[in-house]
Amino acid sequence: MTSGKAVLDAHLVVRRPGFGLDVRLRVGPGRVLALLGPNGAGKSTALRALAGLLPLSGGHVLVDGVDVTAEPAERRPVGVVFQDYLLFPHLSVVENVAFGPRCQGMPARRARRLALDLLAEMGLDGCAAARPRRLSGGQQQRVALARALAVRPRLLLLDEPLAALDAHTRVSVRAQLRRRLAAFAGATVLVTHDPLEAMVLADRVLVLEDGAAVQEGAPAEVARRPRTGYVARLVGVNLYRGRAAGTRVRLAGPPGAEAVLTVAEPREGEVFAAFPPRAVALYRDRPGGSPRNAWPLTVDGVEHFGDQVRVHLTGALEVSADITAAALAELALSPGLRVWAVVKATEVECYPA
Amino acid sequence: MPVSTSPERERRPGRPSAGRVPWPLLLPALLGLGFLVLPLVGLLVRAPWPTLGRRLLSAEVRDALVLSLTTATAATAVSLLLGVPLAWLLARTRFPGRRVVRALVTVPLVLPPVVGGVALLLVLGRNGLLGRYLYEWTGYSLPFTTAGVVVAQVFVAMPFLVVGVEGALRGTDRRYEEAAATLGASRWTVFRRVTLPMVAPGVLAGAVLCWSRALGEFGATIMFAGNFPGRTQTVPLAVYLAMQRSPEAAIVLSLVLLAVSVLVLVLLRDRWTGAP
Repeated sequence: MTSGKAVLDAHLVVRRPGFGLDVRLRVGPGRVLALLGPNGAGKSTALRALAGLLPLSGGHVLVDGVDVTAEPAERRPVGVVFQDYLLFPHLSVVENVAFGPRCQGMPARRARRLALDLLAEMGLDGCAAARPRRLSGGQQQRVALARALAVRPRLLLLDEPLAALDAHTRVSVRAQLRRRLAAFAGATVLVTHDPLEAMVLADRVLVLEDGAAVQEGAPAEVARRPRTGYVARLVGVNLYRGRAAGTRVRLAGPPGAEAVLTVAEPREGEVFAAFPPRAVALYRDRPGGSPRNAWPLTVDGVEHFGDQVRVHLTGALEVSADITAAALAELALSPGLRVWAVVKATEVECYPA
Repeated sequence: MPVSTSPERERRPGRPSAGRVPWPLLLPALLGLGFLVLPLVGLLVRAPWPTLGRRLLSAEVRDALVLSLTTATAATAVSLLLGVPLAWLLARTRFPGRRVVRALVTVPLVLPPVVGGVALLLVLGRNGLLGRYLYEWTGYSLPFTTAGVVVAQVFVAMPFLVVGVEGALRGTDRRYEEAAATLGASRWTVFRRVTLPMVAPGVLAGAVLCWSRALGEFGATIMFAGNFPGRTQTVPLAVYLAMQRSPEAAIVLSLVLLAVSVLVLVLLRDRWTGAP
């Protein structure tokens, strides 16, 4: 991101008993930033602060260089899509979309025209006169987006935009939402706890934990090189922290049972080491050819994902391994069994901590 | 007779029996029910049914009825105009002493209405704290006028509306108001276009309750507005007076009020009697 023309430049500080948020955000024109984090990390707090629904304890919010920190929600150039959409139940769909322009002083007829145009763009011409509750979840999501865009915001805020949808609709709505966001000229901040949503919809991901940013980067970068256990579990990567000396990384494991990882590129000092579950091969007997990353571990649990199987292993280090259902049958794995886990050094991503 | 469910008795499948109702609860409950219902039955039994139509159309009854309906409606309108904003203030803003204000609003609910009438006289009477200036400047005095009837009714009935609407406001999802604010709506617009339509059922219920309370108002009215036929004599006052001369007329007027009460109950049935 360039440091010059950011649409959104914010430093959000919110202090409450037992909770604190302190995070800096910069989003350029046409860019989408995802705030990713577990429940209670402060994502929604950050979004509400940006919208002006929650007072800041410190920091600032600049939109197009204009300080709106002291402005209430109704005077910020912001559009919000709420988690459960919050479409006004007593108004028709078109009245919901025309609500914002009307509040900005647009004559009723023009506001209605604008709303109908927006609904047509979203493929919702047929249900303009309907009450929101008669619509499907996916349609409601699009109405909520149309309503937020109708006020011509410079900053678009989306709070868990797909969380209220069932898994089936989510995929198609996500693809549509991605196209809409790509067409939006202002800055977008979206809050989610679903890594896939963040990866698909956003240009950049900011990981929030306990009210602070723990990692920021392009989605692929965050997925490949996670910096906390939360992100690693989220993107399904085995993550370890240790001390590197050349290509050998001594992992910070339980005392007396320290594991050593061999990596391809030599490093020095504190590092993270990560490898995906599919890079792990499992054997009943110690494999020949002396691979350097081979550990005897105990099967802890087995989960099925379609025709894939994820095996959780414990011992000198905790490892998740993805194998096929056929391999599972062949190995006859069951909890408590001891197996050999093998990872090629070239599959291990190693980066400074 | 102490009984236990006989095992031979067939039970509906999938419906566990909750056991018998213990008689220390059942007996007082039935007594209480009878106590509430019997007087109404008495009213129906002793009603002069053959002459009912003629009596209802008599000038005396008609005047009282028209006066009651108009004043109760006017009192409800005033209560809506003042009470809904008051309820909003109590439910949506924070100010020092808000709890005290809420307590003050509910005082007329528990205050004997006659005392309310005395208090109104002391403030709005011709020699009252405010009434004195009203009389000096305009030559107008509220007590013993039809407007005085409305004032007495508002004092007694508005708290019902305020309490009801405040409860409805607290029960609504405030995030809709936040959504409206992010769309550029000022607080007044939010109230007008989002809050009010969403609490409309609560406002309606409060207004119906307020109206029926105003319709039945007696103590404050007779104290503050007196008992002048056609001007301040509402149905409850007429009932009281008629009871001394011709009980039949009192019964007819009472039946009218009973019918109105039942109608109100029907209007509110989803809120009260609809509970499982």
